[in-house]
Amino acid sequence: MDFNDTPEEAAFRAKAQAWLAATAPAHEIAEGVKLEDSDQVRRGRAWQRALSEGGFAGITLPKQFGGQGGTVIEAVVFAEEEARYRLPKGPYTGIGLGMAVPVIAKHGNDAQRAKFIDATLRGDLTWCQLFSEPSAGSDLANLRTKAVRDGDDWIVNGQKVWSSWAHESDWGILVVRTDPTVVKHKGLTFFVVDMKTPGIEIRPIKQISGDSDFNETFFTDVRIPDANRIGEVGEGWACCMTVLMGERLGSGATKSGVLPLIDYAQATPRGTGTALDNAAVRLALGEALAEERGGKYMEARLRTMVSRGENPGALAGMVKLSYAGRQQKALGLAMEIRGPAALAAADDAATDSLHYDYIWSSVMRIAGGADEVLRNQIAERVLGMPGEIRADKNLPFDQLK
Amino acid sequence: MNFDLSDEQKMLGEQARNLLTERSTPDRLRELIDAGAEWDESLWREIAELGFLGAAIPEEHGGLGMTQLDLGVISEEMGRANVALPFFSSIVLAADAIALAGSEAQKAAWLPRLASGEAIGTFAYAEGAAGWDDHAVQARWQDGRISGVKTPVADGGIATVAVVLVKKDGKRALALVDLGGAGVGRTRLASFDQLRAHYSLSFDGAAAELLDAAPAETVIAKLFDRAAVQAAFEAVGGTDACLVMARDYAMERQIFGRQLASYQAIKHRLADIAVLLELARSNAYFGAWAAGESDDDLPAAAASARLTANGAFEKGARENLQVHGGIGYTWEANCHFYYRRERTLAASLGGRDLWADRLIAHLPGTQVQAA
Repeated sequence: MDFNDTPEEAAFRAKAQAWLAATAPAHEIAEGVKLEDSDQVRRGRAWQRALSEGGFAGITLPKQFGGQGGTVIEAVVFAEEEARYRLPKGPYTGIGLGMAVPVIAKHGNDAQRAKFIDATLRGDLTWCQLFSEPSAGSDLANLRTKAVRDGDDWIVNGQKVWSSWAHESDWGILVVRTDPTVVKHKGLTFFVVDMKTPGIEIRPIKQISGDSDFNETFFTDVRIPDANRIGEVGEGWACCMTVLMGERLGSGATKSGVLPLIDYAQATPRGTGTALDNAAVRLALGEALAEERGGKYMEARLRTMVSRGENPGALAGMVKLSYAGRQQKALGLAMEIRGPAALAAADDAATDSLHYDYIWSSVMRIAGGADEVLRNQIAERVLGMPGEIRADKNLPFDQLK
Repeated sequence: MNFDLSDEQKMLGEQARNLLTERSTPDRLRELIDAGAEWDESLWREIAELGFLGAAIPEEHGGLGMTQLDLGVISEEMGRANVALPFFSSIVLAADAIALAGSEAQKAAWLPRLASGEAIGTFAYAEGAAGWDDHAVQARWQDGRISGVKTPVADGGIATVAVVLVKKDGKRALALVDLGGAGVGRTRLASFDQLRAHYSLSFDGAAAELLDAAPAETVIAKLFDRAAVQAAFEAVGGTDACLVMARDYAMERQIFGRQLASYQAIKHRLADIAVLLELARSNAYFGAWAAGESDDDLPAAAASARLTANGAFEKGARENLQVHGGIGYTWEANCHFYYRRERTLAASLGGRDLWADRLIAHLPGTQVQAA
């Protein structure tokens, strides 16, 4: 075990630091500034272009696909250094880099790689993910949006939901049903779709936070050329798994969620001292912090595994599972610690973000693998316990209830 | 950057695991309890010969000079096999106190004997319900002799030497007492953990040397922190054992026409324990690194390892028994060994309130540092 950089890692870190110091400040967004979505995406594209020109886009992507061919640890080192700046990064560039590029690199053909990968690395293309549907969330393979072959095209009809940033995306990664006569996982096919194609309608979903980060996306007789099919017909499920693998492993530059709450308790007067003097408060927040630190070092273990070519599998879900529930609990506790003043605060940025974060924490337990799904995966794949009884097993999709 | 055990450490763990699970079987543990034994003496000789006792003791004092992480690998196996051995008292506490605070002469006198297993040490810190903080310690050192009562003291019956937390000139200090000398009284107490005998040790002018090669409070803090990390490894091993037991039982047991393990009520419970276990293990690894390499990181690292490992073992030991149902409450099922040992770890070295305090008092910066 060694927490220090190897000489190669140290050299890479120095190179990244020097480049960031020269390049990043011009791209920073000042603290407290809330940009319009379109401005945020424009700034995000510009930063992505800078990364690409600096040789830091697609660090772990093999060179043959236009990436840097670097190691997982280099990507972590870069993410750590990059996180020292307030840069325009979010799903608007992250989905393309973390989901679209890997799936096109792995399952796409040469023409598709040439068309999409470099343009995405350069920030010219932004992407959204068109997977979930009203009746297909945790049970993704139950999706109903269908595509029917028509000459060189496919005609797509159906509805997708929870498509983050679809309204600001150039292209989407899309999974649809192309054969309802086989069992549900086998009848899926994967596409990339130009979001400006006629027949695509994007409607924002108003969330409980009041924001609209997500959308419903409707497909009405949308024509997608067969050239935009990724992988074979019927290979859609394998493509989805490639995408979802990328969703699990963090970059290693995550900021603490608990330390700000400890600060918040300390900024709450209680008697002659602060709420943090209270033993019950210290215990609850101390336990949350200890667990969070465990998650951080767990991620370091997983990255070591990945850097050796091992697949952490369901182990990677552990960090997310513990994170989401812990944050919801600790954020809720922080509101109680502050008391009535947590319910309505004038000019208190910490309370404002607490409101937002507490509301947001509810979806963290659902998005990217719901708590219950992750528990099943851990029980089945880590502990080797029996799989769930599946009433739809071996039944063709069109015979399901 | 590399966050994993080395191949050598994995082999060490495997070697310890094979030996301890083979020797320290549940039937052997029952046999020891039935005989009223305080420890598994023959196993102690065996692990001494293999060098486990001297693993982290410097080579010049008869040990192998390995790291705190190597010691942690062994501690994990001690926890997994729920051993009846004074490893924690003698090696993790007493030997470490002597290594941290002893003079060259004291180290030369005791560390080789502790490493060989010929001497057994213990750390006498608590004074009943009052505990061991500055207000609680009444035992006094004066002019080479100590007086007072320390209770309870783990492995106090078999120990040949004790590191005793005393007051000297009104301040806490560590004293080294040869328990074979005059002025030492030992009374065996009814102990919650049937595989770890606790004693009351009374000192009435017993000859004692101070361990004062380093400032007492600094040593005490580091001793507790490093012991907390090793106890966390022990808890990790215990949790893993409980998880495997519960899983295996649930896989075998049929209920309402299917495997008990096929119910989400059981799957999700064990999945949660698996998560707690891996988070605790990750904290323990970092704690062991900090224990050897970084005094600045150690308090928060030790407290985090302590809180998460005890939290995991608490749930592991309880839910293992629960998953077994009524049979878990029987002497012949093996859940009870862990159910008791878990509380032994939880109540030793201070409860969660104390360690949460320690963590909050040693907060790192608000930006999580690079691993």
